[in-house]
Amino acid sequence: MYPDEFQYTKDHEWIRVDGDSGTIGITDHAQKELGDIVYVELPKTGDAVAAAEIFGTVESVKAVSEVYSPVTGEVTAVNGKLAEHPELLNSDPHVGAWLIRVKMSDPKEVDKLMSSEEYEAYIQQAESH
Amino acid sequence: MATPAESGPKRTALHAVHKAAGARMTEFGGWDMPIEYAGISQEHMAVRTRAGLFDVSHMGEITVRGPKALAFLQSITCNDVSRLSDHQAQYSAIMYPQGSAVDDCVIHRLAENDYFICVNAANTDKDFAWFEGHNSVGAELENVSSQYSQLALQGPRAAAILSKVTSFDHSSIRYYWFSPARCCEVDGILARTGYTGEDGFEFYFSPEHSEHVWNTLLEAGKDEGLQPAGLGARNTLRLEAGYALYGHELDENTTLLEANLGWICKLDKGEFLGRDVLLKQRAAGLRKKLVGFEMLERGIARDGYPVWIGNEKVGNVTSGSPAPFLKKNIGLAYVPPAAAQPGEEILIEIRGRRVRARQVALPFYKRPK
Repeated sequence: MYPDEFQYTKDHEWIRVDGDSGTIGITDHAQKELGDIVYVELPKTGDAVAAAEIFGTVESVKAVSEVYSPVTGEVTAVNGKLAEHPELLNSDPHVGAWLIRVKMSDPKEVDKLMSSEEYEAYIQQAESH
Repeated sequence: MATPAESGPKRTALHAVHKAAGARMTEFGGWDMPIEYAGISQEHMAVRTRAGLFDVSHMGEITVRGPKALAFLQSITCNDVSRLSDHQAQYSAIMYPQGSAVDDCVIHRLAENDYFICVNAANTDKDFAWFEGHNSVGAELENVSSQYSQLALQGPRAAAILSKVTSFDHSSIRYYWFSPARCCEVDGILARTGYTGEDGFEFYFSPEHSEHVWNTLLEAGKDEGLQPAGLGARNTLRLEAGYALYGHELDENTTLLEANLGWICKLDKGEFLGRDVLLKQRAAGLRKKLVGFEMLERGIARDGYPVWIGNEKVGNVTSGSPAPFLKKNIGLAYVPPAAAQPGEEILIEIRGRRVRARQVALPFYKRPK
């Protein structure tokens, strides 16, 4: 379910690292919690993002959810498909519905994040409450 | 109807059924309720185009009986209860002296001296205490909430589905009328009421039959496309229909006139709590007025977001959401009366940015006749 090549945050974002580039999205658990996603607000290419700070907003019919960046860096690409097709976040959160790509200023920040195994344990614990 | 949980929010008799059906649960008004099953948009569309089944057993029920029942209700609610015939229902509000609502409610006249009132879940205890504190005439009051489950079958196919589970001639029940009836082999009160803007029925019955009635209705509605629907869809449906929700459009600081509910205030019926304030306000003018709006730019208005006109903050959004059937982002908000005008633009502050919206006439959605 949760790809091993991703790292995960406690706020239910994932990041896939390739050198000093990181692709960021929200997890399947996050999209299920939100329900029908109808609106996505993202930064622009060139904007700065900081670890553990808000960089965007995802809204479902019932709720608004802020998205936190797993790492610090500069946005190099934004998934333009999501403006017209926010529902992709429900159907394909780990591949097609990535949110932004970032040039990381400190790739070591990723070491603080969870592995897929740790993340699965984390959400199981959250669900049992 | 309440099954006490070990701790935390109350549960309806169908709690386990909802969980087994994979519903997402959330606390609402002190109850652990299903917010969605298949998804809010899909459930919303099912109700608009086919039918949906809601467990609304969290709603409270209070009976008012005896020779003083009518006099009591006339003194504490704003609509004219004397106009009701047996088996007729009426939308009304339980009043504060300041012209605002303790709660909004539906009053059912079972018989002379015998009324059955459906109130909001979160307000039931408050309503009952208010009733008891203002019962100088001596009506017989009882909080019977634990004796009823309530299911709402709503949508254009609701009547057709109902005909499969009752031999009662439900087509004879007109909008805002009701009858004692046997449905799914269970005796109860069958009312042609609802909170979705669609045709539909609400059935009140004894909680021990809840699972049977729920499953029988879902089975009967299979071919008609009936789906279980949660409180998420209930909220988006009522918003499209322009219905007020207590705690959002209605509260103790908002008069009924300000909330566009002048039509349920029968100021000439005689004295009732808050009447003099409403009379004065009708003459002197409102402090604020409830308006509907739709977003003109990208962005979704949400409850509590500030409303601006030019550089002045004039009010707040009381309910805001995507509207799944209308496919627009809509909302309700209070603005100064002078600014309340369909067609006029307002600005909704969304995360620090002011986004354009246009006032529109209410309701947003009216079902085709």
